[in-house]
Amino acid sequence: MSAAPRGPAVELANLTATHQRHPAVHHVTARFAPGSLAAIVGPNGAGKTTLLRSIAGLHRVDEGRVVLSGSRARVALLPQQSGMDRSFPILCLDVVLQGLWSRLGAFRAAGGAERDRAQAALEAVGLGGFARRPVAAMSAGQFQRLLFARLLVQDADLILLDEPFNAVDARTAADLLAVLRRWHGEGRTVLAVLHDLDLVQREFPDCLLLAREAIACGPTAEVLSAANRLRARRMAEAWDEAAPACAA
Amino acid sequence: MEFLFGPFLEFGFMRRALVGCLALAVAAPLLGVFLMLRRTSLTAEVLAHGVTPGIAAGFLIAGLSVPAMSLGGLVAGLLVAVGAGALSRATGGREDAALTALYLIALALGVTLVSLRGGAGDLTHLLFGQVLGVDDQALLLMAGVATLTLPALALAWRPLALECFDPGFAQAEGVRGGLWHGLFLVLVVLNVLAAFQAMGTLMAVGLMMLPAVAARHWSRELSGMAYAAVGLAVAAAGAGLLASFHLDLPSGPAIVLAAGLFWAVSVVAGPVDGLWARLARRPHLAG
Repeated sequence: MSAAPRGPAVELANLTATHQRHPAVHHVTARFAPGSLAAIVGPNGAGKTTLLRSIAGLHRVDEGRVVLSGSRARVALLPQQSGMDRSFPILCLDVVLQGLWSRLGAFRAAGGAERDRAQAALEAVGLGGFARRPVAAMSAGQFQRLLFARLLVQDADLILLDEPFNAVDARTAADLLAVLRRWHGEGRTVLAVLHDLDLVQREFPDCLLLAREAIACGPTAEVLSAANRLRARRMAEAWDEAAPACAA
Repeated sequence: MEFLFGPFLEFGFMRRALVGCLALAVAAPLLGVFLMLRRTSLTAEVLAHGVTPGIAAGFLIAGLSVPAMSLGGLVAGLLVAVGAGALSRATGGREDAALTALYLIALALGVTLVSLRGGAGDLTHLLFGQVLGVDDQALLLMAGVATLTLPALALAWRPLALECFDPGFAQAEGVRGGLWHGLFLVLVVLNVLAAFQAMGTLMAVGLMMLPAVAARHWSRELSGMAYAAVGLAVAAAGAGLLASFHLDLPSGPAIVLAAGLFWAVSVVAGPVDGLWARLARRPHLAG
């Protein structure tokens, strides 16, 4: 990383995002430096997905702000797979080409250059021979590789990944992790929601420990101290139906 | 040759019927493919029955007039489309029961309205259409709707496909999913109205859905399905009209039956998930 990172800094200032007025992310203040490779960890129901969606602008922010330095930063989000129709009749190459939406939009045709780029992305995730394969024939791991290829083509400055290594085998996880390192090397900002703390400690320099509120944010080794992890585990998962309006 | 072309060369009403049905057959099945892929095949049926009270109201006011009945149908169809969307949101996506209730009521209301003034002939016309009695106005409507549908769908194709495959990604990329879906529903209503002229309210979605469902067995890719659906619909329109002429069958049902026959053939012999391909155990490949 000789040049200045191309990824934006991500600043969360007193961020609160709710589901039916109950906070999923509560007064979170944290900062990720430009080009950081950071993990977001925390127990189930800690608000990790909601936080990612808020950063991507897909979840309404009730209070506080998300600030990306460099206002024209392109953002890409890899959600958990639930909403996708994996039986849809579409070929792998066409899925990767969707990553060019911000440039091609609804109407412009994908030319040779775009197809070459999509093919190169498929090869980068180990799916070189899959261009003409329908997605319905893909396994869960192959499908996740395919979504990474689409992310590669999106060429975003800030990449948000929601549990990217779920349901993939060790080899696929290792390959996809290599893609993450490549993005990091290119100076993009990468935030990934993860559950595997060993992986986080091994591969992610920075970390946000979230339990609806930010328990700690910073260098991974400090954030994942035993004391912090204990505090995160104490988070009550259930909504308090009788909770009064928050005064903070 | 005489068997295939004679009826159309000899009789003007057969030519008009053929032109009208071909117009339906090149546009409607494309909408059907998307309805099927969205798992909202029922929507077409609901809209087809949902337009009935509007058409009946037009009939009550102006008699068997294409503009009046179409306008009434358009208003009713759009209302039902909006209502179905609201019902779908209110019921958290489990709309099929509510939609079924909606279209049964609409159909009964339409039949009741027509019976207030018309005779049994008018009712038959409403329910089953009159392909062989297509007049200039109806022909213009059918051709006009097809002419509008094809370019509109060409514009909406990519957003619709993306929204269907990965709504989360579409949202993240700023695709106005609701807008495109609204346009799509308007196209469905228009095509149902056009089909209504020829096939009646009970058969209107026959050429929209049957070829689309059959096309699933001919391609694993959206564009291939689209070509297959249109091809099957065109063939069904021609075959149905010929059967109705030579065998003296009611033409609307004959066309839908022809489409149904093609569907059955597709299920059995289609290369994608066809019964034949499944049962004929060919040796597996080496890699």
